[in-house]
Amino acid sequence: MSVVEKIGGAGAGATFVPCWSCKGPVASRALFCHTCGAVQAPGSTDHFTRLGMSQSFDLDDEKLEKQYLGFQRVLHPDRFAGKPAKERVIAESQAVALNEAYETLNDPLKRATYLLRLKGINSEVAEEKTVNDPALLMEALEKREALSEAESADAIEELMISAGATAIQLLSEISLAFAADDLAAANRSVLRLKYLRKFLEEARLRRAALES
Amino acid sequence: MLLQIHEPGQTPAPHELERSQAIGIDLGTTNSVVAMVSGEHPEVLRDASGDGLVPSVVAYVYDEPIVGKQAQAELAHHPDLVISSVKRLMGRGIHDVKTLAGALPYELAPADGEKSGGMVRLKVGDQILSPVEISADILKALKLRAEISLGHKVEKAVITVPAYFDDAARTATKDAARLAGLEVLRLVNEPTAAALAYGLDSAAEGIYAVYDLGGGTFDISLLKLQKGVFQVLATGGDSQLGGDDFDHALAEWVMRRTGIMGLTSGEAKVLLQAARTAKERLTTASGAELKATVAGHDVRQSIDRGTFEILIEPLLGRTLRACRQVLEDAKLSPADVKGVVLVGGSTRVPLVRAFVADFFKQQPLADIDPDEVVAVGAALQAKALTQGSDTLLLDVIPLSLGIETMGGIVERVIERNTPIPVTKAQDFTTYQDSQTGMLIHVVQGERETVDACRSLGRLELTGIPPMVAGAARIRVTYAVDADGLLTVSAEEKTTGVKAEIAVKPSYGLTDDQMADMLRDSLTYAREDMEKRLLLESRVEAERVLLALDAALKADGSLLTTPERAEIDRVAQALKGLIAGDDRVKIHAGMEDLDRATHDFAQKRMDRAIQAALKGQRLDEVEAGMATDGAQ
Repeated sequence: MSVVEKIGGAGAGATFVPCWSCKGPVASRALFCHTCGAVQAPGSTDHFTRLGMSQSFDLDDEKLEKQYLGFQRVLHPDRFAGKPAKERVIAESQAVALNEAYETLNDPLKRATYLLRLKGINSEVAEEKTVNDPALLMEALEKREALSEAESADAIEELMISAGATAIQLLSEISLAFAADDLAAANRSVLRLKYLRKFLEEARLRRAALES
Repeated sequence: MLLQIHEPGQTPAPHELERSQAIGIDLGTTNSVVAMVSGEHPEVLRDASGDGLVPSVVAYVYDEPIVGKQAQAELAHHPDLVISSVKRLMGRGIHDVKTLAGALPYELAPADGEKSGGMVRLKVGDQILSPVEISADILKALKLRAEISLGHKVEKAVITVPAYFDDAARTATKDAARLAGLEVLRLVNEPTAAALAYGLDSAAEGIYAVYDLGGGTFDISLLKLQKGVFQVLATGGDSQLGGDDFDHALAEWVMRRTGIMGLTSGEAKVLLQAARTAKERLTTASGAELKATVAGHDVRQSIDRGTFEILIEPLLGRTLRACRQVLEDAKLSPADVKGVVLVGGSTRVPLVRAFVADFFKQQPLADIDPDEVVAVGAALQAKALTQGSDTLLLDVIPLSLGIETMGGIVERVIERNTPIPVTKAQDFTTYQDSQTGMLIHVVQGERETVDACRSLGRLELTGIPPMVAGAARIRVTYAVDADGLLTVSAEEKTTGVKAEIAVKPSYGLTDDQMADMLRDSLTYAREDMEKRLLLESRVEAERVLLALDAALKADGSLLTTPERAEIDRVAQALKGLIAGDDRVKIHAGMEDLDRATHDFAQKRMDRAIQAALKGQRLDEVEAGMATDGAQ
């Protein structure tokens, strides 16, 4: 039994904190106090647990959205507009936590990076200078060169389409790597995808500059 | 004497229901509209002649400002005392103001740096007024219209702002409301409000685009509508593009044709007004005549629709570029869009409709009056926030928020189109040995360099203990609330030195200025403020009593009879204080109750922890057995 499940369970072993409003015990992950009904602070938990999703790279987009909207329906500060200031502040912090969780999980690249971090691999530190994968650097260099040589919006569009196809390919590689629990492979593909996203952003700017 | 106390949770007395009634205001560049929901249906509040639009024009001819049609009528006699399109100046600096061939339709007061907070100010006769004060006068007129219509005071409002308004302009709008004696329940983005009015009316589901071309601003928003949730996917636009620019283009064309030059600011206003009239005629007619008397000339110039369309085409091209950008941001194509809603008076121009239809490959929807739909949405949201509702608005920030780093480069902290409310933190460090302070420059915009973005403000973290360069860890936190307003705080993590400062917008009002204005304001009495604070204290005290009731019901058995009697006594005392009108005493009563219930709370926690510990022990035993079994 993992720690997360234990805390998440409502039964034995659940941890308690005092409710800020009625001061009585409330389960640490409860959204509302079971005694007085006051909304509770978001507390610290991982994004998957917060949105009631299982901790996996492959997830059901529709379910994720449904979960997110379902939580927002009851926790958004607009639902607490007539309530005392303290409750409004707490509701706002809940909405902030939900937005952060949804933003992270809804984007496959952010989701993969986050999942790697949960599993102890920090992909964030891999800035350009520290990357020592020569193949990756070569690929990035070639793409940039092609971009700087492209002289029409159409030529850039073509580069973007090809990069887009690679991005889709990389996503399925990341999915396979996570399924096989090969974190090193997942990390490699995540880094490549990060480069690709940066490249696509630059290409978009170039195209916009050429068009106007 | 008998005290009237209604039990918490019961229906409040009728006068309190009135107090809680809130209005929806569309504070527009050209026209403003006020609406509210009475009963089930939203209703635009109209004047005696049935007109819902209040021209956003203020005339400072007499002691009291005049707003609306009467103010417009003063333009011919006192062009220098009549101010219109002030919304374009909200949160703006002097260099942002657009001229008509060198002449401004406003007379600017000389900048005086610190005192004006950087925001442009206008010279109106012998007065110097900020855009915030002029907007407040418009809001006061709208508030009055609502109060006359309802027969009682109105204190709360939802006010709409262009989605593309930056932080400075949003803050300025909120300041104007405060000055007008209105509590802003929420700033809602105009296209979102329009979608709310539209979606609730037609029970629409799917992805909708809202194309909002007003007098001074252009917004394009993509929303996903499903089961009462209005989720903004992406928003974009141009906060300095609107029907006013059509007038400008037309007026400049007339000046070129007639060779008139060197207009005074009053003459610029007159010519722009004439251009507007001609433009409006061209909506239905194929030709119009522009007539005005400026710079000693009687200008008479006829213009056909085709010429007008050539003049405005580049402006419409700019709106389509923004449409393309939001579709790209939301990763959607025009084919994904189920409907396009038109908002804003400028969407009446036939060429605008043609451009939109061509871009989205469908006829746009304009079932609800494009001038009134935003106020209707604001009224619906005002009702939702005061009386509850099943609908929910989820909005985003329109422009990225960043911080200046070395070499004037912007590091983005929050990307545009991030759902709000949102909080993001980023760590920075010192670059010099023994550096004890750090200046944090907050900017908003999409460009890479600080110069190309909008400066929102600066805050300084001081008292960092001397360390070697790079050792300090300064966490800068950006928090954007549900109104889209930003607060920035900074903390040195290794020592815990904090600087929690709300950003003072470079173009906003200083606290001192606000205090001065409130003092000067005739409608905003100090008692109003006191009343509001008292009301808040009562709400809080009632919350405390309700929570105690629930706790006693659940765990009252933990108390001995004398303990229970003591708590009841203190609670009863607080109930008495709530009925009074001394908020200091109410607070003292709450503190008394907190002390009186301290042991009770402790007992409740102890019992829960005991139970949990037992549970855990059970768990451990089971875990141990499982391990044994495996061996």
